Amino acid sequence: MMAPILKVENLSVELKTKEGTSPVIDNLSFELNAGETLSFVGESGCGKSMTALGIMGLLPEKISRVSSGRILFQGEDLASVTQKRLQEIRGNEISMIFQEPMTSLNPVYTIGEQIGEILRRHKGLNRKQSFLQALDLIEAVQIPDTKNKIHSYPFQLSGGQRQRVMIAMALACEPKILVADEPTTALDVTVQAQIFDLLKELRVKTNTAIILITHDMGVVYEMAQKMIVMYAGRKVEEGSVNQVIKSPAHPYTQGLISCVPHLTEKQPEVRERLLEIPGIVPGLTSFGLNKCLFESRCHKSVEKCLSSKPDSQSISTGHQANCWNLGK
Amino acid sequence: MKLVFAVIQRVFYAAILLLAVIVLNFFMMHLAPGDIADSIAQTMGGADEEIMKEIRADYGLDKPFLTQLGQYIFKVAQFDLGYSYFYTQPVTTLILAKIPATLLLVITSQILALIVGVLLGVQSAKNPNGISSFVVSMLALFGYAAPVFWTGILLLIAFSLKIPIFPVAGMYDVMVEGSFFVEALDVLKHLVLPVVTLSSIFLALYSRLCRASMMEVLGSDYIRTAKAKGLSRNEIIYKHALKNALSPVITLAGLQLSAVVSGAVLVEAVYSWPGLGTLAFNSILSRDTPTILGILFFSSLVVIVGNLLTDLVLRLIDPRMRGSE
Repeated sequence: MMAPILKVENLSVELKTKEGTSPVIDNLSFELNAGETLSFVGESGCGKSMTALGIMGLLPEKISRVSSGRILFQGEDLASVTQKRLQEIRGNEISMIFQEPMTSLNPVYTIGEQIGEILRRHKGLNRKQSFLQALDLIEAVQIPDTKNKIHSYPFQLSGGQRQRVMIAMALACEPKILVADEPTTALDVTVQAQIFDLLKELRVKTNTAIILITHDMGVVYEMAQKMIVMYAGRKVEEGSVNQVIKSPAHPYTQGLISCVPHLTEKQPEVRERLLEIPGIVPGLTSFGLNKCLFESRCHKSVEKCLSSKPDSQSISTGHQANCWNLGK
Repeated sequence: MKLVFAVIQRVFYAAILLLAVIVLNFFMMHLAPGDIADSIAQTMGGADEEIMKEIRADYGLDKPFLTQLGQYIFKVAQFDLGYSYFYTQPVTTLILAKIPATLLLVITSQILALIVGVLLGVQSAKNPNGISSFVVSMLALFGYAAPVFWTGILLLIAFSLKIPIFPVAGMYDVMVEGSFFVEALDVLKHLVLPVVTLSSIFLALYSRLCRASMMEVLGSDYIRTAKAKGLSRNEIIYKHALKNALSPVITLAGLQLSAVVSGAVLVEAVYSWPGLGTLAFNSILSRDTPTILGILFFSSLVVIVGNLLTDLVLRLIDPRMRGSE
């Protein structure tokens, strides 16, 4: 088997708050293979976006840092390389799409310039070459009227078109990894579907591995092969999408999936009441504690959950969950 | 095409504004007590009613207010600003002779304040807790708190008397004669202290604003995008951030033009700079209405043209000002 393109080992990220520092990502490890889509799922504030920013080296400088662990991209540790090397990798080999297409483009430059600039930066193209390639890219992300649109400014485009421009930009250098942080949250449902179709199509074409961050189980099922469920900065379950969605092991994952109406089954005659997970995510101050952080909301908790942090328990090949009370 | 249309539209509005300014100035001048007849009578050591009437008739001051206003506007439209009673010269000639000196002072100090202010602002926004940030804050505090004439006098004492590297007053040295280059250098030497004095307030203003605006922009989503694209720090700051951060600074600079012109009056007084300020001061003392009106007209013109330019520059840097095409 091929070596994974990205291997994250025991990554911890600290966030400084008024109450002190807390680990917003706690000892996270995972692997990503070329051409694969890995999805991160979880509630808001569980560390999904911090994971994305951590991989990109874009953690907010003043308040957060990687406190331990390694981010191995093709064997090179991104957590300890120089800024200069990071700049060479970013946008070129690893690129990112953000969740706010309305504000993620620079308002004072044309989209042609914003796409072209990344090609000049990383591929050494001149102005004319980069313009021509930007034209191709805009066409590839299916923005109509390419020849005129390339001279438009972001404010002249719709939200969906802006996100397409972001995708064109992210894919300009044919990166090995694309990090998509809730790329369709701000868009309406029909545009969402188009954006995901586009991403799928481009993945097949370029064999780019995708890290997809979302809280939409439907999107995970549609897009990803593997998934990781995060809770309060910790990985609680990992496995193939089929394994996790068909037979969720961790009580939190079970709760998340029962929240989603009729994902894989046929719609029953009588609609059941949707389930919810009681309570809220614990505050940042308790993130580092040596206990199960889901315990307060869990209906299966045992005594051990209060006194020690759950280890990873294997369920079947590639499927594991961090819980003291699996299957009991 | 759109640009041409926008320019024509703005020039049209500017013309209307200028007309309003002329009328208002004229009206205010007539509200103020005393006129040229009083001033002449004073220098003659007194005059009776008969002579006063004669003087007023000579200058057309006995006509009804509206007639005087109408005549004035009609003449201004032909670039005739009237005749100075005090200097016995056409006001236009008088002002045209003085305006280059003032424009030189105003434009140089404005450009200096903008460039240095923006550079300082950017530098301190890059490192909000660093030394340069502290320097900018202190500079801003001093520059803004100290009155121009006070700064002017202090600089004069420091660099003309104690350490005599700059001339004390005026714009030229009568002893210096030679090629264009030699004379230009002489003017430049005279220019340094007035320009530094005048720009100190605006430098403070622009550096503070640029710092704040830059820091806001650096925290925005598109700067994160620029980082994610792998651009270098300089590309991010000078290409992506600065162009966005400049808009408020340029807007303020346009608004400040009037303050620059009035500040120039004070600076000119301190350094005996032979510009409009000195002329304005003298003509107010001698109740030389046409000259005062002429100066007000010219300074309004400077401000209006300045704002017009500001508008155009803003259109140039921010596409959203242009509207969708």
